Amino acid sequence: MADGKYFSTTKKGEIHELKTELNAVDKSKKKDAVKKVIAAMTVGKDVSPLFPDVINQMQTDDMELKKLVYLYLINYAKTQPDLAIMAVNTFVKDSQDPNPLIRALAVRTMGCIRVDKITEYLCDPLHRCLKDEDPYVRKTAAVCVAKLYDINAELVEDRGFLDMLKAGWGTAAGWGLLLDLIGDANPMVVANAVAALSEIQELGGKPVLELTLGTVSKLLRALNECTEWGQVFILDSVVNYLPADGKDAEAVVERVLPRLQHANSAVVLSAIKVILKNLQYINDETVRAALSRKLAPPLVTLLGAEPELQYVALRNIGLIIQGQPSVLANDVKVFFCKYNDPSYVKMEKLDIMMKLINEQNIDQVLLEFKEYATEVDVDFVRKAVRAIGYCAISIQSAAERCINVLLELIGTKVNYVVQESIVVIKDIFRRYPNRYESIIGTLCDSLESLDEPEAKASMVWIIGEYAERIDNADELLEQFLESFPEETAAVQLALMTATVKLFLKKPVEKPQQLIQLVLTYATQETDNPDLRDRAYIYWRLLSTDPEAAKDVVLAEKPTISGAHDGTEPALLNELLGELGSLASVYHKPASSFVSKMRLAVHRADDLAAAAARGSHSGDSETLTSAVVAESPLAGLGASAALTPTPPVPDLLGDLLDLDVPAPAPAAAAAAAPPDAPNLPMVFGEDKGKGVVLCAALSQQAEGYVYQLSVSNVAVGAPLNGFMIQLNKNALGLAPASQHVALDAVPPGATATARVPMVHNPALAAPEQGQLLQVAIKCNPLGVLYFNDSIPAQLLAPPPPAAAQGAFFF
Amino acid sequence: MPALSALLFLDARGKPVLQRDYRGDVPLAKVAERFMAKLNELEETGGAAPILLDGNLSYVYVQYSNLYVLAVTKANVNAAATLVFLHKLIEIFKHYFHEASREESLRDNFVIAYELLDERMLLCCPCTTPTAHPQFTEAKILSEYIKTDAHRLAVQARPPMAVTNAVSWRQEGLYYKKNEVFLDVVESVNLLVNSNGTVVRSEVVGALKMRAYLSGMPECKCGVNDKVLFEAQGRTGRQKAVDLEDMKFHQCVRLASFERDRTISFIPPDGAFDLMTYRLSQNIKPLIWVECQVDKHSRSRTEYLVKARSQFKERSTATSVEILLPLPPDAISPTVRTSQGTAVYAPEKDALVWKIKNFPGGREFLLRCKFGLPSVAAEDEAQGRLPPIKVKFEIPYYSVSGIQIRYLKVIERSGYQALPWVRYLTQAGSYEIRMGGT
Repeated sequence: MADGKYFSTTKKGEIHELKTELNAVDKSKKKDAVKKVIAAMTVGKDVSPLFPDVINQMQTDDMELKKLVYLYLINYAKTQPDLAIMAVNTFVKDSQDPNPLIRALAVRTMGCIRVDKITEYLCDPLHRCLKDEDPYVRKTAAVCVAKLYDINAELVEDRGFLDMLKAGWGTAAGWGLLLDLIGDANPMVVANAVAALSEIQELGGKPVLELTLGTVSKLLRALNECTEWGQVFILDSVVNYLPADGKDAEAVVERVLPRLQHANSAVVLSAIKVILKNLQYINDETVRAALSRKLAPPLVTLLGAEPELQYVALRNIGLIIQGQPSVLANDVKVFFCKYNDPSYVKMEKLDIMMKLINEQNIDQVLLEFKEYATEVDVDFVRKAVRAIGYCAISIQSAAERCINVLLELIGTKVNYVVQESIVVIKDIFRRYPNRYESIIGTLCDSLESLDEPEAKASMVWIIGEYAERIDNADELLEQFLESFPEETAAVQLALMTATVKLFLKKPVEKPQQLIQLVLTYATQETDNPDLRDRAYIYWRLLSTDPEAAKDVVLAEKPTISGAHDGTEPALLNELLGELGSLASVYHKPASSFVSKMRLAVHRADDLAAAAARGSHSGDSETLTSAVVAESPLAGLGASAALTPTPPVPDLLGDLLDLDVPAPAPAAAAAAAPPDAPNLPMVFGEDKGKGVVLCAALSQQAEGYVYQLSVSNVAVGAPLNGFMIQLNKNALGLAPASQHVALDAVPPGATATARVPMVHNPALAAPEQGQLLQVAIKCNPLGVLYFNDSIPAQLLAPPPPAAAQGAFFF
Repeated sequence: MPALSALLFLDARGKPVLQRDYRGDVPLAKVAERFMAKLNELEETGGAAPILLDGNLSYVYVQYSNLYVLAVTKANVNAAATLVFLHKLIEIFKHYFHEASREESLRDNFVIAYELLDERMLLCCPCTTPTAHPQFTEAKILSEYIKTDAHRLAVQARPPMAVTNAVSWRQEGLYYKKNEVFLDVVESVNLLVNSNGTVVRSEVVGALKMRAYLSGMPECKCGVNDKVLFEAQGRTGRQKAVDLEDMKFHQCVRLASFERDRTISFIPPDGAFDLMTYRLSQNIKPLIWVECQVDKHSRSRTEYLVKARSQFKERSTATSVEILLPLPPDAISPTVRTSQGTAVYAPEKDALVWKIKNFPGGREFLLRCKFGLPSVAAEDEAQGRLPPIKVKFEIPYYSVSGIQIRYLKVIERSGYQALPWVRYLTQAGSYEIRMGGT
């Protein structure tokens, strides 16, 4: 069959020609015409004018033709919603066809058409198909419910899918039916129901599938019999189950364990995820150790899969060995690179080898790194050199061997290897001061070949630091200084500091000239404020008190540690629960790349739902529309315009007198009396709501408190029924109660309230930084959004880590 | 699990050959362009991983011959599943269009290709949301469902049982006149030897490749000399058992019963499939050992002296042995002499290819190669070392791990006698011996 011919008709008046053919009497001619239309659609031509003619072909017994017409409909229904209605009857009829294939196809296609009028008609056939006798139809329908939810959540509610939610049950009828399907006899149906429910959960942001031990064991029972993809859905769902105790956890692990033997890497990875999650709940140390030993072989086998999968596996292993360092502790060899591994696999393997080095395997690994450092892939070679440096820094007993390897590499005179080596040797000097200076001579031999800023800066740092032991340090620096104005900022800073060190160590004529030269240039001719400021500081230090300058510049430096910058524990924990997913590959939380728009809407939905339950009038429609109108505004404009502006501290005074701590703006707020009237404004009159909100978050004796003041400026009626909700934030705060203890605020009045906050680590989203997104609902205004910020001092200061890298003092 | 937004097949220049939009939330026309731009950008900086993040779009792709098979998503999908799925998709297209999934064959079969994308992703609703949950990847079952001959579909009144059945990999009502099952035990040796001659890594990856031509719904049971099983049964010492490190089974194998008592029981799919794969990392003696001594007589004249030795029992013979000896890219007129087999200079690989048709156990063969180098070294000639020596070979009727198929039982209701055929083969996998300094 050479359907390729359909692509090749490019004569004029094609549409017209097709139209004639579509209306032909001959069946096979018609079918050919439809194929041509689809071909044109594929290559991106607009064939929507043919809509009515194509739709006419829908009533047919020919399955292939039907599928093609459906395909066309899916593509163009949106552009012709009124004409699409014509198709509804056929759909409804098809959904009762004796052939289950056609029934399923009809429901599925209807679900794909994002036209409201059509989806309305979908509900009844969907209800019917969820209870169809044929499992194939049932499982098709299951996924359709989730789709319907995505297209039109309200419709699902209106049509009774959500009756029970309003009654306060928490389980909706729509997915109540789905929940029934979880107990279905057919494992494929179970798997699809689970997939649909997780989808709804994801969309709705609220728990739909309550995972109890009962549900989980139902799911796990289906595990043995459904397809490999079904197994992935189920395992990805089961990972969200929180076992009540160690026994439950053990039961789950026991059921999942056989999956490690599955040939599909995705099943294996998802199974590992579930096991790791439940492992934490098992109290018995020996059981835990035995189980985590079982994880190593499958992980190693994953490295034999296709390179793309190896990449995913390696990224995940990088996380697993941070959480369970013992799992692969003895398997460093399996990460040795093959010559033909793609570059991205090699890089990841190198990373993991670095994480796995220890006293026992260092010799072997070092030999391997040395081997890599002589390969041809420049990036890989550089990374290998860095890895050698890392070995030296983290394993003291091996430092000398590492340095010997580096010296050997410098001996090859390969330009980039030499430069990279010098950068890591600088770090080694920082780690083990005054121990390996004997090699400086060798380093100085390759001075000429340095042309990369980082290598230059490192070399300059070494010269400055050991100026007293290098006889011709002044000459060496002079060489570098010749090109001082052209260097990058990092090199300039390093050069300046090195010159100062040289001068302080050897206060003779030559260095004095050099320092004069450098400081003059840096204070008078450069545009770089950092450089200029540092030059001034040096200048003044040197001119006022050279001894003090010595104390400052030549002070003892804190040693750097070899600790690998791992993933933060909270993030690590989150990612370990999502092994196999994109988040675990990027090593970023899902919220950082999945659009937050949806989340925001859910929050508001929650609020609306709560309001509907709490108060008498639950006009959800207006609320939702308010939400839709507001949220983009709140997301984009508000953060910039409305963050409270702290009083500007006296910066000059600050600079002059470093000893006195600057009065932190927010500290003042925290110390203020509870009902401080001067809260920063967060929602101004400029938003046109006639209300002004001032608020601030503070930490007080009883915990976190959100102080809020509401001024009814221009709303004609009293404001009442205040409710509050926060989006996920860095501190994981949520209001203790959604209801705000505020009486009605009549026009012209102002009222204040204190909303106690509770800390819920599950809601913590460190990536939000200082951002605090707040939604306030009140009658008659509906939901108001604004962005506030968490005062800096409430966020825990980052741990003082002496990182390796640029440190030129 | 959230879903994929779209699936695209792009040609080498990034032009879409086939595309399927599942959610309508990404501008399909621009996606291909953006993806290629991102890829080019990353290729320049040398970090093009198979999973890329571009704004809030994620690309998961597999390159196959001259095609990019690209999945686009905005959600946090299961990346491992997506990649496995893409690979299986390629397999299926190969199955359907025989000649690999090339651009032309896709164009020529676009109607079926579309159907496949629909059915494959989700027998239901591929278009918008929950979609793109992969469903079936057994090509055989699919071909039951999607016929290349479209007219036959109209006649079929029910979906094949297998689409929803617990045994989703086998159709009912199969009949063979002669019931046969072939089991090939294929073991690949992965070896990495350092330039100083020490074995850095050696590993055996084995597969039980089965071809089943059996009628009805046969129950099969397969037994191997698995050490764990033998120990559990207390039969240590009598028979040689193998410590299989990590066994992986085809989805037809009942994992629960394997976990319980280590029996391998299954209803096989029809035709060829990998019943089981396993891995052993215990140190094994390299089967073919190659040593390359490099003599540099002068800057412009170099000589290789290569010894290849077979280190397996004399009654076995390695066939189709191919030893790839890397030469410097600027080598001039190499002249070769061998004690066995033929050696040819392959300039496109910068290597000497030494082929030996039969290499019996316990023998040693020699190769001598002289070549010149330009007397002036290129300015910034890559100073990296030469690639490793690579060896390919096959040793039939031999399993390096010592694994044995103890029995293969086939039980079917009709009670026919099936003939099991078992073969063993050991071959080289990634078999690399690093060269010493040049």
